[in-house]
Formats: sequence, structure tokens, C-alpha cells
Amino acid sequence: MTNDLLLLIFNADFLFSLIRITAPILFAALGAVIAEKAGVVNIGLEGIMMISALFGVMFAYWTQLWWVGVLGALVVGVLLALMIGFFAFELKTNIILAGIAVNMLGAGGTIFLLSMLTGMKGNTGALVTRELLIPTINIPLIKSIPVLGQVLSGHAVLTYLAFLFVWLMWVLLYKTPLGLNIRAVGENPDAATSIGVSVQKIQYIAIALSGAMAGLGGAFMSMYYSQGWNSGMVAGRGFIALAATAMGRGEPVGTMLSSLLFGLAQALRTKVSGIQGVSSYLVSVIPYLVTIIGLVAYAISIKNKLKKRSPASKGA
Amino acid sequence: MEQENLVVQMKGISKVYPNGIAANRDVNFTLRRGEIHAIMGENGAGKSTLMKILFGLEQPTSGEILVNGEPVVINSPNKAISLGIGMVHQHFMLVPSLTVAENIVLGMAPTKSRVFVDYKKAVEIAEENATRFNLRIDPNAKVVDIPVGMKQKVEILKALVRGAKILILDEPTAVLTTQETSELFKELISLKEQGFTIVFISHKLKEIKQITDRLTIMRNGKSMGVYETASISEEEISRLMVGRDVVLEVIKDKAQPSETVLKVRDLEYTDRWNKKMLDKVSFSVRKGEILGIAGVEGNGQRELVEMLFNLNVPDAGTVYANGKSLIGMPQNIIRDQGVSLVPEDRMTYGIADIASIEENVISDRFGEKRFNRGPLFNMREIHQESETLIVDYRILAKSRKQQVKMLSGGNIQKVVVARELSSQPTLLIADQPTRGIDVGATEFIRNQIVELSRNGSGVLLVSADLNEVIELSDSLIVMYGGKIVAYFEDTDQLDDITMGEYMLGLKHQTEEEIAKVCYE
Ligand SMILES: Nc1ncnc2c1ncn2[C@@H]1O[C@H](COP(=O)(O)OP(=O)(O)OP(=O)(O)O)[C@@H](O)[C@H]1O
Ligand SMILES: [Mg+2]
Repeated sequence: MTNDLLLLIFNADFLFSLIRITAPILFAALGAVIAEKAGVVNIGLEGIMMISALFGVMFAYWTQLWWVGVLGALVVGVLLALMIGFFAFELKTNIILAGIAVNMLGAGGTIFLLSMLTGMKGNTGALVTRELLIPTINIPLIKSIPVLGQVLSGHAVLTYLAFLFVWLMWVLLYKTPLGLNIRAVGENPDAATSIGVSVQKIQYIAIALSGAMAGLGGAFMSMYYSQGWNSGMVAGRGFIALAATAMGRGEPVGTMLSSLLFGLAQALRTKVSGIQGVSSYLVSVIPYLVTIIGLVAYAISIKNKLKKRSPASKGA
Repeated sequence: MEQENLVVQMKGISKVYPNGIAANRDVNFTLRRGEIHAIMGENGAGKSTLMKILFGLEQPTSGEILVNGEPVVINSPNKAISLGIGMVHQHFMLVPSLTVAENIVLGMAPTKSRVFVDYKKAVEIAEENATRFNLRIDPNAKVVDIPVGMKQKVEILKALVRGAKILILDEPTAVLTTQETSELFKELISLKEQGFTIVFISHKLKEIKQITDRLTIMRNGKSMGVYETASISEEEISRLMVGRDVVLEVIKDKAQPSETVLKVRDLEYTDRWNKKMLDKVSFSVRKGEILGIAGVEGNGQRELVEMLFNLNVPDAGTVYANGKSLIGMPQNIIRDQGVSLVPEDRMTYGIADIASIEENVISDRFGEKRFNRGPLFNMREIHQESETLIVDYRILAKSRKQQVKMLSGGNIQKVVVARELSSQPTLLIADQPTRGIDVGATEFIRNQIVELSRNGSGVLLVSADLNEVIELSDSLIVMYGGKIVAYFEDTDQLDDITMGEYMLGLKHQTEEEIAKVCYE
């Protein structure tokens, strides 16, 4: 019986959807990673995703080209992030408040904007035709491998991009001069200043990249995942991403793993709620339960790490 | 001719910080090419501020700067660097998780294929400069893991690699041992011979006399004049600085030790690099006496202090204060035993830098009844307590609300000392208590420590300043290679030379002689 249940859940279809569900969380989480490394808290990821998701659809519709939509979403994401940066660095607003403002803009402003641009209410319904969705790719050789092919092939371009960005982010942070500067600024801004590295410039770059990631996440949501924009679409993914980053200790690979965990929780919920006789209330608890378990595991691992590291070495 | 030789001229510099503190008032300051120029003055006199202005970290409210005869506006460290000015700050400006080489090339990292950091090249640059300027470092070590002496060198190299011809060193010796200091002096003199100009800020008169050519004295934001070092006496310098004569000799009556407050037995600790830092360390501190620990830094003193305050856990051994074991105890419980600590590393363990002076001084005692009224704080009591401490310990600040990080280095140390000494400890562990503190305040703190012990507290004093341990302690142990190698019951007859032999491991006493420090 349990065996059957497991089989029902963990099949190729399920793993495929796990990857698909994880992708948008991963985009936003990578956005959080780069910001955090530079010592910037970008809490506005959720709002950026909402707004750029809408613009993605709109740009695609106006030009009738899906990739212009994706690019448009990315640019809007960057602009919004730069706006948060401008408020925080230039006007010295609290960066958390600036982020919250963008989130509120994302929740309310988008509906208003949509109705202004198209007269539609709450979703973009008919605007999105099949051709305007982000295309999927079948990977030649892998496609024909049983199971593996079903899991890995046939995803949207952006899904592959999300996972590619994990690696790129790591390279950026650990192998390039910009990454060196970003880490220095995040860890000891005074040290950076003292040798003439402009903290503000680096933080602008980092938050812009963070916005770009969230923008792509937004495009993924409206132009593939939900096949059109609607007001409840992002559903907290921007916040889940922050949690995933914390759990992944702000490192690209760790963050990918924790994003997969959150993705797993969501995929399970979707799957299990389809099974007859399972209480839907119980099922909706799964993602939160996984979050708590994850955070506990995280706390324990941190504690062990602290124990191993002698505090003696922390001296200035 | 004289004009040509002046690499830096600062004329009529004034600086008023946004919070209204006038840190510099109409200061004139000049540097001759190839000289070592000292700046002396009490804590908060405005030395660091003046140099931060020269390095572009702060903008003067008024005044003019000329570099090599040309009027310049130094609006950022970048500009200063391009003018050939480099600065080593009072508190290290390094990124702990990066390696030494990465810290050195930060902001100018060499690349390969135009995109990636060429780490090998970075190491080469670091090594090349290290050899050229004779500053020994380990380019691949992470900065968290290296000793302070090496951090200092990394800072100097950071400036030199960027082409600095004028080097500003803000209290470079405050964190160094005698050995490291003399090494640094050799390096500075060789730099001077190569044509570098050096600004040297220090509170230590002997060092100033030893190494500098000229000196500028500052008091209360003003310059008290420039002097040829050779033609001014130590007494005169301190009179100009403080405005009165300073007696650095500690006057103390004979200790009358009573029962044991701190009992340390057979402590052992091997660090991450498998180096035995503590090897069967046993001693006791009794009420009413000051026990000093002398030794070259890095011989286990730091680890020992960490074990006493549970900042680290020993591999074996016991620590008892007033009969209660301290190992593994949370710090608030340790404090409840009447133990207090002036840590060596004030920025990490001593203060919360973005909190106010008031918040910092009550941070160990806000739970006390007198500071609370029901569920709320009794703010009046708290204000009173902090005001009193600010006055008593002569903390130079605009108000008790001032952020600690806005204080001058010496005044930050005073905040720590004020909190730890005023908590009426039965055992005070004082690790470098007068580091970075001017002569006037040093005198005051030393007297406070003596008074504390004469009123019946036990004091464990660790200091890299040999004069300080000898003068202040009643009895003394010497650490070498993680072991106690000597115990002197009485410090009256001790001299630097005998001490030096024990500190360098040339001599050690027998086990029986050393065991006397357990008083059993
Ligand atoms: N960033 C700041 N904001 C406001 N006030 C400051 C700031 N930095 C320093 N001050 C104040 O300016 C005065 C001079 O400080 P400065 O750091 O120049 O002293 P200093 O001579 O270097 O002292 P020390 O020997 O203790 O290092 C002090 O009263 C200090 O509180
Ligand atoms: Mg200073």
C-alpha cells in the first residue's frame, strides 16, 4: 500500500514538475544571494516578480515576440531594483521599507496598471497565445533515455537557464574581480572604502543583478508557469526565496538545494491533493512543515559548524 | 628649498563632525620628504581625524591641502591613493574571509582572459612586494587565521602595492608585541631610507623618541606645535599633551592576598593547526593581589583568557572561580560569579559598535533591580549610571547617546574598562587594559586596577607592555610555548633582562618553583 503510494508520487512526472516548480523560486533566491553577498537586503523580490511578470506578458503581446517579453521583464526587474537602491543609498531610506514599498506596488499597482493598459481585470486572459509562451526544448540525446529523459527533457528555456545561473553566480562571486569586490563590500565595507572601492557602486551593481534574477523569475511565472498573468500568481515565492537563501547560507549551490526542497514541498502538495480521500487541509500544511524541518536542520548544522570553529581566530 | 622638501602641507584645517564635535581646529601640519613624523595627543585630540582628512575619508570643514606644492582636493581615498598617500588604520580594515593575497589586491585584482581573477598572479604580487619591502606574510592564509602582527604587515603592503610614497600609520604598535614592534621599526627605517615619508601616531613616548624625526603635538583639536624629536624631552612632550605632569609610576602598598578566587588546573588546548597552545597550565589568583602574565604574544595568553571566559573550550583541565566551574558556562553565569573581562580585542568582544555608550555600559547589568521598574526600564537610573561612568572614566563624548563607533579609539577602550571595572568584580581579567590609551588615562586606569585589588578583588593582568606587567603586578608568571616557565612571587626586583630570558624560552624554572603559584 505505502509502496503504491510512493510510486504514485515519485515517478518521472513528479520529478519533472519538481524541477519546473523549483525554477521560479531559484531565480528569486539567486537574486537574494547576490544582494546578500554585497550586504544588501532585497526584500522586494516578491513585488519585482509581480510587476516584471506583467510587463513580460505585455511586451510579448505588443511585439508578438516571446523573447522580447522575457527581456522586457528582466529590464523592468533591474529598474525596480535600482529604484530600491536609489531610495536606500541615495535618499537614505531604510532598505527594508523600500523593499516593502515595491511589494505593495506589486500587489496593488499591477492590477491598476493592467486595467489601464488593457482594460482587463485581474488577469491577462486572452492576451497570451501559445506562440507567446516561453518555448520548451527537447534535449536530443537525453530525451530518449527512459525516465531520465522524461525528467530532464522538455523544460522551458528559462528552467534550464535558472539552473545554469547557479553555476554562473558561483563563478561570478568566486572567480571574478567583481565578485571579490562584492564579497568584500558585504563583509567589511570600511575595508573596501579604505582602498578606494566604492561601496555604493558595488551595491548598485549587486541589487541590479538581484532585480534581473527576480525579473526572469517573474517572466517564468506569467509566460510559462501560469500561461498568463494573474494577481495571485507569484503567491509568496519572493519570500520563500528569502528563506531558501537563508537556509542555503547565502551560497549559490546551497541555495539551489534548499530551493529544491521548497519546490519539493509544493510539488508534493499539488500531487497529494489530487489523491482521493486525503484531507486537503492536511495537505496544505506540507510546505510549511518542510520549511520548519529545513530550518531546524539548518540551525543544527550551523551550531555544529560553530562548535568546530575556534572563536580564537575571530580576533580583529 | 625648504618648500620643495614639503610633500604635504595642511593649512588651517578645521573639522566639525555632523554631530557638532569639533575634532580639528585650525590645524597646520607639514611633512618633509623622507621623514618619520609623529603625531601625539590624548585620546580624542583629533589625530585620527586629521589623518582621515589627508586620506580623503573625511572632508575638512575649512582649510587647504597641498601635496608636492600643488593645492589638491582629496575627496575620496581613491584620490589620496592616486596622490601616493596610503593609510593603515587604527582598527584593521581587512576582509576576514578573504586570503592575504586577495586582501592585498582587492580593488585592483589581476585578471586572466580579462574576466577571471588571476589568483596565482595575485599571490605573486603579494610575494614580490613582501620580499621587496621585507615584510613577511603568508599570501594563501585567510585573514581570520593570521596573528595581528601579520595583519599589520598586510595593511602596510596594501598601501605600498598601490604605490604609496606617504604612509600614514595610525597607532600601528598598539596591538604589537615588543618583538613585533622592533621588527616593524626596522622595516619603517628601511622604508624611510628608500625615500618614503611616514606619519606615525602613537601614545608611547619611548617609541616616538626612538624612531621619529619630528613630532606634532595635538591637544583638544588644536596643534600645540611641531618639534624636532631630538630636542624635546619626554616630560615636555607629556606636559604639552596633557597640560599637566603625568606620573606613570604606580604607587601601591604591599598586597595582602587572602583566599583563592580563580583556580586553574592542568589546562590543555591544541589549536586547529595542531599546535599545542596550552600545556598543563596551572595557577591560582588570590583575592587582594594582581597576578601578571608576561610573555611574547602568541605563547598561549590569548587562548588562556578565552578559556577563562568560555570563549573557547579546553581539551582538558579545570577552571574554578569562587569554587564554581566555569568551563562551558554561558558568559552571563560567569559574570554572575563576579568575573569580569577587559578583552584584548575590544571591537569584537568588548563593545557593540552601533549601540550607544549608555547601552554598552549597562549591557552587563540591565537586569539588575535598580534599572528596572516593573516590566520597563528605569531610565532615570540608567541615565545616571552612564553619566557617572562617563565622568569617572573621562570618556570624551558629546553625550551618553553617542554611538560607540563614533568615539576615538582610546575612548572606545575606556567604555569597555568603565563597564568592567565598575561592576565590582571579585575577579577581574584584564587583557591589555591600557592598549591605545593616552598617558593621562593610562595612569588613571592603572590606579583603578590597583584600588580594585586593594579592596579585595583578584586581578589577572595580561599585557604585552613589559613595563606595565612588572609595575602593576604583585606577582608574575611568564608564559612560553603554552607553558608557565617562571613564577615570581615578588615583582620588586625584576628587570627587563631576566624577564626577556624567560620570555624567549632561554631559561625556565623547576616544576617545584612554578608550582608555587598554585598556593597549595
Ligand atoms: N565619525 C565620527 N563622528 C562623530 N564624531 C567623531 C567621529 N570620529 C571621531 N569623532 C570625535 O572626534 C574627536 C576626535 O577623534 P579622533 O578619532 O580624531 O581622536 P584621536 O586623537 O585619534 O584619539 P585616540 O588616541 O583615542 O585614537 C573625538 O571626540 C571623537 O569622539
Ligand atoms: Mg585615533
